[in-house]
Amino acid sequence: MAGAPAARRSSVRIIGVGNPFRGDDAVGILVARQLAGLDLPGVQILERSGEGTALMEAMQGCETLYLIDAMQSEASPGEILRFEAHDEPLPAHFSATSTHAFGVAEAIEMARLMGELPSKLIVYGIEGKNYAAGQNLSLEVEHAIPILVDRLREELK
Amino acid sequence: MMTEKNINVDYLARVEGEGALRIHIKDDQVTDVQLNIFEPPRFFEAFLHGRSFDEVVDITARICGICPVAYQMSAAHALEKALGVTPPPGVRELRRLLYCGEWIESHALHVYMLHAPDYLGYESAISMAANPELLPVVQRALRMKKVGNALMTVIGGREIHPVSVCVGGFYGAPRLSALKALLPELKWGMGAAIDTVRWATTLDYPEFEVDYEFVSLSHPDEYPFNEGAILSSTGLTVPVEDYDQHYIEEHVAHSNALHSRRVETGSIYLVGPLARFNLNFDRLSPTVQGLAQEIDLELPVRNPFCSLIVRSLEMVQAFEEAIQLIEDYQEPHPSRAELPNPIPAGEGVHATEAPRGLLFHRYKVDENGLITFARIVPPTAQNLPRIEGDLWEYVPGVVGLPLEDATLRCEQLVRCYDPCISCATHFLKLDIVRE
Repeated sequence: MAGAPAARRSSVRIIGVGNPFRGDDAVGILVARQLAGLDLPGVQILERSGEGTALMEAMQGCETLYLIDAMQSEASPGEILRFEAHDEPLPAHFSATSTHAFGVAEAIEMARLMGELPSKLIVYGIEGKNYAAGQNLSLEVEHAIPILVDRLREELK
Repeated sequence: MMTEKNINVDYLARVEGEGALRIHIKDDQVTDVQLNIFEPPRFFEAFLHGRSFDEVVDITARICGICPVAYQMSAAHALEKALGVTPPPGVRELRRLLYCGEWIESHALHVYMLHAPDYLGYESAISMAANPELLPVVQRALRMKKVGNALMTVIGGREIHPVSVCVGGFYGAPRLSALKALLPELKWGMGAAIDTVRWATTLDYPEFEVDYEFVSLSHPDEYPFNEGAILSSTGLTVPVEDYDQHYIEEHVAHSNALHSRRVETGSIYLVGPLARFNLNFDRLSPTVQGLAQEIDLELPVRNPFCSLIVRSLEMVQAFEEAIQLIEDYQEPHPSRAELPNPIPAGEGVHATEAPRGLLFHRYKVDENGLITFARIVPPTAQNLPRIEGDLWEYVPGVVGLPLEDATLRCEQLVRCYDPCISCATHFLKLDIVRE
């Protein structure tokens, strides 16, 4: 499709997902921006809102993909979880409880069904605490950002 | 012996955001219906206070992950009125084209991915796609949506949350060649939308009609997107500036969201595809009107379940208009109006037709260009009392069914509205089993 930057072939891609005006929901975007500042060779970095079909397009055309998103689970705020989503679906009950009707988890499963998943798809979730409108991160999530950035930098070496 | 029954849906699936539904039934009579909403947009209104006027378009675009253009359009128009600014020639057409992209995206998502599974007996579009017979249907939906994405990317700079819209016009206008490159896919999309209408008539819709009061924008010459007066099927027509004198929002105990009503009559009303379609049918293109006749669609459409057909028809309209707008396109120079310096204090009001219905914005700006007042009335807030009203009428007809079936039927009715309860957050919600 014309104009879709995601169509460019790239071996490693990172997609930060979130909303920069919804507290900790910004974390995926903020991690992606910090990684973009590091100018990692051969790594393409995108930002997406989490709308599923746009995400499916953004996932195409790369071999290794990292998705970074805020999450709400029973983990402690700021906790970082890593999922190998190329191997198995993200943990339970997405269709019933996703805050988006067709969001990240649905996009991954639909892409899996269509044979469009990258051969390696790693999802990093950062447990959020505050999702109120505004640009204030919780301290826990703010603290988690450099940790995840370092971890990804190591993983991408 | 008295029997009591409750229909509870803790999380409504396939609606934007989180909502819960509680229906109380006593002796086969509905005694209470409550649709609980967790996240009203008024937090965004508060967040806008003290922000600069030129940030509003981008901030409000984040209220909804599916209809950012609608928020941008209502905000840009309202602030242009507050500042006394008229966008240069060509901007109006480009905004309409951008809105076509959003309607295509939003309607394709709802028709196929969120709504159709209800009529085909599937839990989700993913389970639909797992059936090889239905896989092509899902693929068609994704390709249609992708065309909408591409249109928004070329005009807006990004497929969701376009960044090029500003008060006064566009930061930059797309090149003619970039838009022309979209024509083959748009023409394919037009055919796919027509196929969608015909396919939509093959689905089995519950028989259920409601005597709605329809409210939508209405424009003398065109199907309403960005401009028009606010028309009600009762005959009341008011300019957008007077909207909040005639339509008010009230607090109700069970919900965080405000509920809308007509001031004079206290009546609840319906906004969205059915309202637009019924009130503006003669301003749809001859193609769309012809299709409606071909499928024997009886007007006015009063069955909320048939909103799927109406959304399909509106997709045809959006594809057809997009193609025409690109064929007639001339790059606007300049692409935005010069803003007054210094910024005058003022107030501006506007409403546009989001895919889900009328979206009203009112802003006050002070002499420093800062927002001192913001009111945003989204379509779903206006439809909430209407959804509850529908349920009061619908539940007695399904109450004899096993509870699980009755619950599903109620969920399906709520989904007809494509309610956008809160799509401002996109975090993953995980249930993690720790062993």
